[in-house]
Amino acid sequence: MTISKIRELLSAELICGEGDLSAEVYTACGSDMMSDVLAYVKDQAVLLTGLVNTQVVRTAEMMDMICIVFVRNKRPSEEMIALARDHNIVLMSTPKRMYEACGILYSEGLNKNSRPLAGDSPDKNGESHA
Amino acid sequence: MPEPLHFHYIVDGNDFTSAGQASVDVKKNLRLLGLSPDIVRRVSIAMYEGEINMVIHAGGGEADITVDENGITIILADHGPGIADISLAMQEGYSTAPDNIRSLGFGAGMGLPNMKRYTDDMQIDSTVGAGTTITMKVNI
Repeated sequence: MTISKIRELLSAELICGEGDLSAEVYTACGSDMMSDVLAYVKDQAVLLTGLVNTQVVRTAEMMDMICIVFVRNKRPSEEMIALARDHNIVLMSTPKRMYEACGILYSEGLNKNSRPLAGDSPDKNGESHA
Repeated sequence: MPEPLHFHYIVDGNDFTSAGQASVDVKKNLRLLGLSPDIVRRVSIAMYEGEINMVIHAGGGEADITVDENGITIILADHGPGIADISLAMQEGYSTAPDNIRSLGFGAGMGLPNMKRYTDDMQIDSTVGAGTTITMKVNI
């Protein structure tokens, strides 16, 4: 699923990261506890959260995530937007609640089955999966 | 890597907003050194959790990172209240962080366990009333 598709499915407003919307992502994570994100996330590229502070962007950067979706119409501060721009992280805001937003993305295919099949698609290094 | 590289940071304990800046900088430097993304991520998450801990519990501190041919060593030293019961502090879910920290997304009792999880070795040297020094190693 592309970042652009996520935006469409969640009727989300794009806040920053206009250029990176065609990136493909395969998993996401929904949490308001950043320590849980740091503990359990593995290769999730998208974070859905209702938490708004600079540590959300830093946590995403630490985890190599490329997109943060703020639920319930929450808006990041200017400082958060500047930080996200520095790290090429897309920020968007959706009117949907966490449960609904996660459910939509999951049922539309952003789930554990959404990884490319072995040998089916090139990975980040341009090499096929073994 | 012929000569070990050192990075030194002062972690400001008065500003939760800026907590993590040193970890972001370390991550950038490790990437530039060409280390594998997995190593870079493990080091930066472990240091980030430690940095957040120093701000929440100890009023800040100092971080020293050394990179040599064997791996990366992260030393986080503070002059905070110290940890009375280290084995209790290492339990997932145990936290002494105040509620206002929880509302900021931390204080879930995952910091120290996460630091141990992402590193190959972690030693905690703590004296109540004097401070805590945590030494973490990630092998290359």
